[in-house]
Amino acid sequence: MLAFTLRRAVQAIGVMFAVGIIAFSMFRFAGDPVNQIVSIDTSAAERAIVRKSLGLDDPVPVQFVRYFADAAQFKFGVSYQFRQPVSALLSERMPATLELAICATVFAMVFGILMGVYSALKRDTVLAKLFQAVSLIGISLPTFLIGILLIYLFAVTLGWLPSFGRGEVVKLGWWTTGLLTLSGLKALIMPSITLGLFQMTLIMRLVRAEMLEVLRTDYIRFARARGLTTRAIHFGHALKNTLIPVITVAGLQFGSVIAFSIITETVFQWPGMGLLFVQAVQNVDIPIMAAYLLMVSLIFVTINLVVDILYTVVDPRLRATVGRAA
Amino acid sequence: MTEPVLSVRNLQVEFASRRGTLRAIDDVSFDIAKGEVLGVVGESGAGKSVTGLAVIGLIDPPGRIAGGEIHLAGLRIDNLPPEEMRRVRGKRIGMIFQDPLTSLNPLYRVGDQIVETIRTHLNLSETAARRRAIDLLAEVGIPAPEKRIDGYPHEFSGGMRQRVVIALAICAEPELIIADEPTTALDVSVQAQIISLIKRLGRDHGTAVMLVTHDMGVIAETSDRVAVMYAGRVAEIGPVQDVVKNPLHPYAKGLMGAIPTLAGEDKRLVQIPGSMPRLSAIPRGCSFNPRCAFAFDRCRVERPEPLQRGAQAVACHLYDTVPAESAA
Repeated sequence: MLAFTLRRAVQAIGVMFAVGIIAFSMFRFAGDPVNQIVSIDTSAAERAIVRKSLGLDDPVPVQFVRYFADAAQFKFGVSYQFRQPVSALLSERMPATLELAICATVFAMVFGILMGVYSALKRDTVLAKLFQAVSLIGISLPTFLIGILLIYLFAVTLGWLPSFGRGEVVKLGWWTTGLLTLSGLKALIMPSITLGLFQMTLIMRLVRAEMLEVLRTDYIRFARARGLTTRAIHFGHALKNTLIPVITVAGLQFGSVIAFSIITETVFQWPGMGLLFVQAVQNVDIPIMAAYLLMVSLIFVTINLVVDILYTVVDPRLRATVGRAA
Repeated sequence: MTEPVLSVRNLQVEFASRRGTLRAIDDVSFDIAKGEVLGVVGESGAGKSVTGLAVIGLIDPPGRIAGGEIHLAGLRIDNLPPEEMRRVRGKRIGMIFQDPLTSLNPLYRVGDQIVETIRTHLNLSETAARRRAIDLLAEVGIPAPEKRIDGYPHEFSGGMRQRVVIALAICAEPELIIADEPTTALDVSVQAQIISLIKRLGRDHGTAVMLVTHDMGVIAETSDRVAVMYAGRVAEIGPVQDVVKNPLHPYAKGLMGAIPTLAGEDKRLVQIPGSMPRLSAIPRGCSFNPRCAFAFDRCRVERPEPLQRGAQAVACHLYDTVPAESAA
């Protein structure tokens, strides 16, 4: 088990290394970084000084090692547009993004699983068919459109919810949270739904399909032949078997929730990492873009690792094979 | 004779399909007495398994019990409300399925599955149920049950899993066990062990057993009586020695002739020509008539009803007009 975890951790470091190369090469790909720092009328001598002070005259591998070593300590350099350390900018924006992503995922999981189980067990009811239809809309409508429609309905027409921003936030150490104020909570509702709707419909369809599959298995038939209650069969035996693929998908989707929060954050002007990234793209602020790339991949890799470990907790068969392989 | 544990009368099971209603079980009747083993044989699709599922009330839509009655120790069970039927399942009727590898939920410990079943049906505490589960595992021949009870299904071999399945089926001391091809998925050496286990359990607890199989060897070894099914009907039913040694129905004769013997190795193995009709194309009259060497005009128009001949009952026109000798 430990060997398994270690092996996966080494693989994760390998992936991060590869992403590091890509992030690093972005600096060169977008032209000479010195040009982006200095103004047009700077003399060549001054440029050389800047180049030297930033270590840009060192050989490329040396620069890469330095960049990677700094990045491993969460030092991503200084933003071109804000003239502030990128790590400070990111850590200031991260709570907003994580809070939004977690709320969206919880929303997606809770409603996705509930609706999925319901539409599997009561397949022929009107409500189940309605869920199916709605899920089709959820899967096919683009995120920004859903966001704009929600804003139009609940912020503009009804005036119930704020159309942008995070509302009032409370500072807990370096973390800022909108969960403790009413305006913060209200501001969280629409972005969470917008961001989580796609995952919700995905999870719902997955749970429904898996549940129907599991209900056809021999062990469910045998459980019925043993006279277990319907409740025990559906929610004990069937649901647990259904949840294995759901964990994978929900876990992997959490990464994309964070990555795709760019769109939602732009629509709702949510002060998170995604909005920061969009602004960085508009201003060719490469340190932020590179750091964002690294952060998102770190989150992805970490989630993958956690999902792999979670599997073995849920499925004893995997525990055995993992133990044997190790 | 006292009241039979299981009494099936004129059972009909139908499946609704796009091409109309298919009758999988047509007018099947039989009894099983306390402690008796009734073997049910037939080719695939003869309705053996469906009969078993109908008895335990697990015919799912689009299938339904379309007619007849099923009585369990006097209680009519074919029309019980679902919740009451659930209480009968597992408690008064235990069922063993064909494939032990897929019958157990892979995510739960073997012991938890047994304890869950025991506590569903018997009013026992967690610890008492666990003790009982260990006793059951010991009874079905699992070594070191106090250790194995915490194992997961994938840690057991096929034969051992079937023993666990049997322990699950008998954990509430049912009056009837339905074993649906319990040995088909197992190695031959393990088959004999499982068969003798089922036989012993039936004897020790006075449980009636309905043993569904297509293996005549298993039937001859285990059963007290045997029912030969063909195309959803009972062709012949009677004491196992009589039916095996002196089958009456032409189909039963064919089946018994198809058992290879060690003595007559020079003979070609007997086959029954043709194959069983599909449910959508059951011929008029006797469903066996297109394959029967003795068929005559009446067989093609009139369906034969079971006729008592000694201890055997046979559904064949050959025995209606003239006594048995002309059939041979």
